[in-house]
Amino acid sequence: MTPVFYILAALTLAGGLATVMLRPLVHAALAVTVAFGGLALLYLSLDAQFAGFAQILVYIGAVAILVVFAILLTRGSDLPREGVFSPAWLSGLVLAAAIFSVLAWAVLRSANSLPQQMAVPQVTVHDIGIALVGRYVLPLEIVALLLTAATIGAVIVAMHEKGGAQ
Amino acid sequence: MIDQADQVFVLLQHWLVSFLPAGLQQFAAVLLSVIAIVCVFPGLFALTTVFERKGLARIQNRIGPNRVGPLGILQPIADGIKSLTKEDVVPTSANAGVHFLAPLGLVVAVFMGFAVLPMGRNMVLVDMDCGLLFFFAMSASTEVSVFMAGWSSRNKYSLLGAMRAVAQMISYEVVLLLSSVSVVMIGGSLSLTKIVAAQDQYTGIFPHWYIFTPWGLAGFIMYAIAATAETNRSPFDLPEGESELVAGYHTEYSGFKFALFFLGEYLAMFSISGLGATLFLGGWSAPLSILNWVPSWIWFFSKLMLSIFVFIWMRGTLPRLRQDQLMNFAWKFVLPLTLLNLMVTALWRFMGEGIARWIVCSAILLVAYVVMGRVEMKSEHFGPRSYRYAD
Repeated sequence: MTPVFYILAALTLAGGLATVMLRPLVHAALAVTVAFGGLALLYLSLDAQFAGFAQILVYIGAVAILVVFAILLTRGSDLPREGVFSPAWLSGLVLAAAIFSVLAWAVLRSANSLPQQMAVPQVTVHDIGIALVGRYVLPLEIVALLLTAATIGAVIVAMHEKGGAQ
Repeated sequence: MIDQADQVFVLLQHWLVSFLPAGLQQFAAVLLSVIAIVCVFPGLFALTTVFERKGLARIQNRIGPNRVGPLGILQPIADGIKSLTKEDVVPTSANAGVHFLAPLGLVVAVFMGFAVLPMGRNMVLVDMDCGLLFFFAMSASTEVSVFMAGWSSRNKYSLLGAMRAVAQMISYEVVLLLSSVSVVMIGGSLSLTKIVAAQDQYTGIFPHWYIFTPWGLAGFIMYAIAATAETNRSPFDLPEGESELVAGYHTEYSGFKFALFFLGEYLAMFSISGLGATLFLGGWSAPLSILNWVPSWIWFFSKLMLSIFVFIWMRGTLPRLRQDQLMNFAWKFVLPLTLLNLMVTALWRFMGEGIARWIVCSAILLVAYVVMGRVEMKSEHFGPRSYRYAD
């Protein structure tokens, strides 16, 4: 728990909170980008270079951009008249708190059951690659299949309807 | 002597750092390298603006800038002073915070990319294990800045320009990444220094650059197409098509903020050319083994400037594409060819040494290129175009 961790955690939390609190939708999208960036920096501070840069590439470079695109194409960028909170915000809060407490309990319990490793293992990108196409090749292929199916589905949804006026 | 000329900047850095106490040395070394990058590339940018205006003028049978200094060589200084002293106008309805942050974010993200480029033997700021991934992560985060600039200006031209820019950058980023993956497959590393080291070998006097293989040539051509589109250069300069969108996403920027966008655009061009040279053209290695006495950084920067020259040449020669042509070209022609190139690379890797793999790989790529081109052209209707949404 170094000062760096606290700064990054504060940045990520502030980004996340701003995402749900800000009224303009595009500002919320930009705030979620900040939260993604904070997460990436957290990974980097844990020496997980591959995960950190993949987080930036995928979440800031693609997901955040797709979010703002969707907002602009659906004309949702106008200010909402009423507040941004849905009527069911209280039950949402309870649900979120319950999930958080279960996860925190699980994480805190598992810390004791793991063998105490003092030396941080050096994981290079080479090792990650070998593991991905070696031991974890089946999950990788399943994810690839899922993504391909999703892409084909998106193309079918976006396709011209036959017979109609073009 | 030759070694010293090659390592002159590294030695200079060590010499300067040696004056400091031991605790500060590492920090000072990094700081010096950062200062060097932050000075050299904007300097190169100033030179390139004059070079580009002169070159375009020659192509268009004009003289170009010739008033400031001998042969107009001091033009960038005049431009810089002009943009520094200009009034910084922010539209009243603009979103001031986002409007202010956009150019800063763009320039910072673009500068970060230079951190992993090996600019000469032992001349790299951070020799990262996944340097290529870092580079692409940084270039992907420039898209957010472009969008921020276009959206915060509250101007339909800015917004349209930003939408075009982001759509184009996302589409061509796929091609850019996939064409680089084939280099990673053969080089076996994401570290750019290792990729250059793998190409710094010679058979006779000829180098082992990846461009001199069938998959490397195809990959390089597709990389160059995608790089041109990523940096919004002609013929893919729709995001700032002057005749239709005023100036694209930086329409509402004036003074030094505009200059920052301009700088960011050229720096992106430098960094993506540098990466192309690193991946396919052997980085800092000499083109012939007998030319190894020339310092390695001279080779890197010559390759960089050569590709900048090609960018300028294309801008002076080619007409601008239409938006649907741009997208169709990316998704229906270049992307399938890149995927095929990945398979050809794998084939090249597993066929072993010999003439057979040259013939088989070249044949597959050539046949695919010709057949796909023919099929695409056949389905292309040359007639009045119907607009789906505008009718």
